[in-house]
Amino acid sequence: MKFLSNNAVERLRESAEIPDLTGTRYRLIERVARGGMGVVYAAEDEQLKRRVALKVLDVPGADADLANRLIREALVLARLEHPGIVPVHDVGTLNDGRAFYTMKFVQGQRLDQYIENVSSVTQRLRLFLRICDAVAFAHAYGVLHRDLKPANIMVGSFGEVLVMDWGLAKFLQEDTDRQSQIADPDATILEKPNKAGDSSGGVQAIATGHGTIMGTPGYMSPEQARGDVEHLDARSDIFSLGALLRFLLTKNSDSAANAAGKQHLGKALEAICSKAAAPDPEGRYPSVSELALDISRYLDGLAVAAHRESFFEKLGRLYRRYRFFILLIAAYLVMRVLILFFMHR
Amino acid sequence: MNDEDFQPGGDRFPPTRRSVIEGVGSIDAEERERALETLCAAYWRPIYKYVRLRWNRPAEEAQDLTQGFFVEVLERELLKKFDPKKARLRTYLRVCVDSFVSNEDKASRRQKRGGSVAHVALDFAAAEEELGGPVMDPAAIPSPESLEESFEKEWLRSLFSLAVEELRELCNARQRERTFRLFEAYDLEGHDKISYQQLAKDYSIAATDVTNALAWARREFRRIALERLRELCGGEEEFQREARATFGGNAR
Repeated sequence: MKFLSNNAVERLRESAEIPDLTGTRYRLIERVARGGMGVVYAAEDEQLKRRVALKVLDVPGADADLANRLIREALVLARLEHPGIVPVHDVGTLNDGRAFYTMKFVQGQRLDQYIENVSSVTQRLRLFLRICDAVAFAHAYGVLHRDLKPANIMVGSFGEVLVMDWGLAKFLQEDTDRQSQIADPDATILEKPNKAGDSSGGVQAIATGHGTIMGTPGYMSPEQARGDVEHLDARSDIFSLGALLRFLLTKNSDSAANAAGKQHLGKALEAICSKAAAPDPEGRYPSVSELALDISRYLDGLAVAAHRESFFEKLGRLYRRYRFFILLIAAYLVMRVLILFFMHR
Repeated sequence: MNDEDFQPGGDRFPPTRRSVIEGVGSIDAEERERALETLCAAYWRPIYKYVRLRWNRPAEEAQDLTQGFFVEVLERELLKKFDPKKARLRTYLRVCVDSFVSNEDKASRRQKRGGSVAHVALDFAAAEEELGGPVMDPAAIPSPESLEESFEKEWLRSLFSLAVEELRELCNARQRERTFRLFEAYDLEGHDKISYQQLAKDYSIAATDVTNALAWARREFRRIALERLRELCGGEEEFQREARATFGGNAR
């Protein structure tokens, strides 16, 4: 038996990981990312002469559940035609037996990287509204994302916001049989950040024997963390959006950490985050549109539904909203007083 | 179409091989022997090197211990005690090796063994050469932390070597010797300067033939390596984790 050098072992490992695109219309360019269950490559569609993103399982095709999950992700994307959701082009199985799909190649940055250069709260909130828009659209089509987190949001080079990685998505209106075909109820998949503060999320499988746990700690709703799959609804994603909103505003999704770090959002924004990410689903916004509406109210200087203002808070808000007119009137009155004063001297 | 032409999707997914864990516990003596041979073929080299490095044993003693360990696995039915939920098979075997060597020391009852693993050719001389010669430089001995890493690395090398060997046999059986030579030249011995064009020129074939041949060889190599890996895992869950670590980025 021939001795393989360390270099040969590494080369073999790398070359064996490369998806076998023979017989397809795609030509591999480079690896761009590794996700929970697959690797994303940049590839050239040789028929349409355009660059696409090709997502392929990084484990062998023998695992039908993982292949189903990847194909289901493609089906979810195909169903959701929205500017905030990346469009899928093709789905299939490669010659090496691995399932794959291709989608639009998005050039941009992950949300957590993008906001490093966005200091304005207003801009961050407007970004958040676009995320809400895509998630609300998915909910309207009966699809829960179940893994909303900064690493799964891309901001394109023209400022377009795209919600990515629908691998854990759940169809709300499908019958139980279909669901069981898609995901094994005994499987337990838990994505955990690699280290504190790392929002990219590394995959870890943890067996709990308590239904299916899928999501990312810090962004996953308590009912999702309990594996209570049957009772998940739109409010589970709303919890994740609440954590995402907090992250956008403070760079930390955890309310307790924010309190410890004394990061103040202001009462209205704090109330919106808390209501969206309330531990009890009943305490959350009933829909993403309601959450988005509250953010819009805040941006417009109106009272938010999540927070009952005191008299002085209301005065402060009104002052902030009409500051220009109030200052204008005040300046006018001061001028009048001064004119009257000098006229009577 | 000649014998070297690319046949997409051909010969995929042969029958899944049985796990060595099940095989060693089988009531069929032939099945048991085959499983032990598989285990031995994949692990003897990493175990031998581990004993040499971790326990700092002379070559001859390490050879005896390596052979003795596989007899121990069979006699004491060590694989029956393996629980895939608690550890990976290779971690379990490494711990068993430590315990075995330690016990052998205490009892001082080491003797020449190895009759039950005679079917696997244990080329200790080659393994010794890979370690750098019979007299080892103490500075070459890895630290305790990196010994585990070194064991993992040797195990991967062993798995890939077996898969390459099986790929060679497959190529010979299918009269695809040229495919194997291309694979060898590009993936096993290749350096940065080698290109598909250069290989096409060297073998007087089209560059697309090189692409197709390499794609076939890699696909088959991957399939064989994964089949081997599946055999050496305690269950599907462990196999999925190991497959990811072997071919994915997790292990890097």
